[in-house]
Amino acid sequence: MSFQRIQEKLKILADAAKYDVSCSSSGSNRSNTNKGLGDATGMGICHSYTEDGRCVSLLKILLTNYCIFDCAYCVTRKSNDIKRAAFKVQEVVDLTINFYRRNYIEGLFLSSGIFKSADYTMERLVAVAKKLRLEENFNGYIHLKSIPGASDELMREAGLYADRLSVNIEIPTRAGLKKLAPDKNREDFLKPMKKVKQEIIQYKAEKKIIKSTPKYAPAGQSTQMIIGASGENDFQIMQTSNYFYKSFNLKRVYYSGYVPISYDERLPQIGSAVPMLRENRLYQTDWLMRFYGFDVSEILNQQHQNLDLDIDPKLSWALRNLHEFPVDVNTADKRMLARIPGLGMRSVHKILNARRFRRLNWDHLKKIGIALNRAQYFLVCDSNQFERRDLTAEKIKGLILQNSKSKYTKTLSNQLSLFG
Amino acid sequence: MKEKNIIYDGSFEGFLSAVFYVFEHKFDVVNIQNNTSVQNGLFTQNETIPTETIKANRVWKGLTSKLSASACNTIYYAFLSEKLGAEQILLDYIKYAFSNTRKIDKDFSHPSVLKTSQIAKMVGREKHRMEAFVRFRLTKDAIYFASIEPDFNVLPLLIKHFKNRYADQKWIIYDIKRHYGLYYDLNTVDTINIEFPTHFDFTKTDDNYFSDQEFEFQKLWQDYFKSTNIESRKNMKLHIRHVPKRYWKYLSEKQPN
Repeated sequence: MSFQRIQEKLKILADAAKYDVSCSSSGSNRSNTNKGLGDATGMGICHSYTEDGRCVSLLKILLTNYCIFDCAYCVTRKSNDIKRAAFKVQEVVDLTINFYRRNYIEGLFLSSGIFKSADYTMERLVAVAKKLRLEENFNGYIHLKSIPGASDELMREAGLYADRLSVNIEIPTRAGLKKLAPDKNREDFLKPMKKVKQEIIQYKAEKKIIKSTPKYAPAGQSTQMIIGASGENDFQIMQTSNYFYKSFNLKRVYYSGYVPISYDERLPQIGSAVPMLRENRLYQTDWLMRFYGFDVSEILNQQHQNLDLDIDPKLSWALRNLHEFPVDVNTADKRMLARIPGLGMRSVHKILNARRFRRLNWDHLKKIGIALNRAQYFLVCDSNQFERRDLTAEKIKGLILQNSKSKYTKTLSNQLSLFG
Repeated sequence: MKEKNIIYDGSFEGFLSAVFYVFEHKFDVVNIQNNTSVQNGLFTQNETIPTETIKANRVWKGLTSKLSASACNTIYYAFLSEKLGAEQILLDYIKYAFSNTRKIDKDFSHPSVLKTSQIAKMVGREKHRMEAFVRFRLTKDAIYFASIEPDFNVLPLLIKHFKNRYADQKWIIYDIKRHYGLYYDLNTVDTINIEFPTHFDFTKTDDNYFSDQEFEFQKLWQDYFKSTNIESRKNMKLHIRHVPKRYWKYLSEKQPN
């Protein structure tokens, strides 16, 4: 292959793909067969991290950045004056294999601008995956984008070669989508998602009867929403997210703080800050929903439509529900332990195990590694020292903030001075 | 009573032999030390003991019956940390395990159990880092070669991962610090020692040794690494936390052009 051509294309098409935040390479179960190349059975591996601190796990590129759509939030929109390029199928295969052999990546994440039609584009994405699997005996991880509007037949084929499929709904509400991408509608996004969901259900059922049923998207589906581009509040965002988790059995919903790339009046202007802190709080909420047993309505509801920026959502919930505390770590059930601010699920697990041997005191808890700075106001243990004052939520919050240094201090003070 | 210093050959089997010796003689105040890092105390009595597979196996068998499989793994991981004093913590752990009728490996309120699990965690993290940070370079004789300097002796833990993954290519992963490596010849993985030329620079890709296309792929990878970064989200503190500077010299994407 011509090195210079490839070099040029890679620069353009990697640059265009970087706004897709998903880089997960875990959750599959494809093992190396017949002494082939690659193995996607373990946990994901981040082979490197970019200077913005994001994981580099997959070769994340677009097949092409030519696109017939003109979505305001997207860098490859038709009306944007940028360099365009397109990879050939074989070029993507060669890059993937050679990067993989050098242990640079876990696999390929292939997306694309939409050229000609949805099916035409989807067909080429599938061709790359098919070639990697059938001709190169490649067992690494493949994440393909489902192109909105692609036919059921193509989505069925895509899942036979890919580990994960995803379609980005990008804008959390219908109204926002109408404003920023008038020529797209939500049904086009949902169609491939529905098909993949059905296929996964069917695969799981058939697998029970016939063990050799070919794998279908073993790492499931995911989606992404852009945060801060179209004015939604956190309540709306997390409701949409919850809907997708529940209705489509998604593995992940990603939240991507909008990076201004356009002078379009409908959007935040170039130079305005990326809402990274907000993005972080949304991920924390997502974790509370998926791993800590919270229902989304406990954290965000009509009364609390936005997450606090200065404290994490679990602490925020605890301060609104002081009547649930203090929790006795030596007797409480797992559900309540997981609700104590400053305790992660790993600590919860350690506490549950350790307390079978002896009653735990502050020293044990400290060594196990819980964040006492936050936790101390919400728990009692085997000690006669505990918070005896009847503190108000405001007071507790003040004490915690006073005794901690948030890595976001700078961001927070900037944001405050905006309104000050 | 004089304090006893038991010195073993540095291998895991050697360590287990030492543990056997301690139990056999019912020593109370005792130190187990690696033969490369012997520290003499004023009132200590040194004794070097031989590595005996049979005795080591008996201790290991005892442990597997007393603890869960993952706890035995934890002991091995913690041993590979080569941390000063790790033997002492492990001996304490093993004594606690044998003196109890119930499985104690989840007793995170016991100092040696907690400490062992924490050290094993560090070793596990280093293993995972090596699975991520190994960068193979294709040599002129068609072997994918990588050099590493891990904080802990994790090579033995890497065999399975790399063998499963790169089943159709020859590869070498060499630990420069500990002077040995793994070599996969398309069938089995062996431990090897290589005599490198004096002043061999492991961080440079020398065209005397490495294939021509190696340079192109390194360049493509470096370009990719740059293109995939979002400048307006730059966060070097986070970057360095994930990729600590001591690993940079072996990462092709962190090399100056």
